[in-house]
Amino acid sequence: MRPRHASQDVRRAREFEAYVAGAGGRLLHTATLLTAEARDDNPRARRLLTLALAHTYACWDRLRGEDPYDHTRRYLATRFARGAWHRHGGLPRTRPHPGSPLARLTPRERLILVLRLHEGVAEEQTAALLGLPAERVRTVFHRAMATVLRPPPGPAPAVGGVEAEPS
Amino acid sequence: MTRMNREATVRRLLEQSPPPVPPELHADAARRGARLLRRRTLARRAMWLLLLAVTVAFVVWALTVRPWVEPPSETTPPLTGW
Repeated sequence: MRPRHASQDVRRAREFEAYVAGAGGRLLHTATLLTAEARDDNPRARRLLTLALAHTYACWDRLRGEDPYDHTRRYLATRFARGAWHRHGGLPRTRPHPGSPLARLTPRERLILVLRLHEGVAEEQTAALLGLPAERVRTVFHRAMATVLRPPPGPAPAVGGVEAEPS
Repeated sequence: MTRMNREATVRRLLEQSPPPVPPELHADAARRGARLLRRRTLARRAMWLLLLAVTVAFVVWALTVRPWVEPPSETTPPLTGW
């Protein structure tokens, strides 16, 4: 019993290390875009990603051919959504860093924009992942695109409405 | 600007300057993952133990109390006319 477990542990650790070496950079980039932190100072993104990777590690033996990248990304997105949704209404704990390209978006807009454009997840899958109707995802996506493409505003952003206001 | 163009512009905006990967990322994740696994194993083991204990307790109770045996009648009709 023990030797089999030990060899399984070693194999898992080796495969997991290769996976993190390959996908860690892209996942950290995604996480940093979600939290809208600066590229050199992203403690929230690192925490989020470490947690997501830990869950992938714990599920590694049960993945059975499923893409581990997809697993980590799903966990990352749902975890971020939960955190962002729950803080909705109150003051966000951290202000978006002005250097981030997505600093002017709300957490939900960032999440949908990053999943759809940066990760290339289809609209229906994004909707299923977040538990939203597809039309809602499309609306938020278009609004986020408009906000990002608008040149950096003066003191008062006009188009984004209430949700685009930094709270 | 067409839709494809807009999306390409935003994608380029997103993809510039990826953050550097901290060297301890893999070790941290593996450590926490191993802890999660250990905790899940322990929880599963505790559940099985609890199930076993409940089963044993039930069997012992059933064998001592024998609830399927009809209890002796406590309302004997009075015997009169003897």
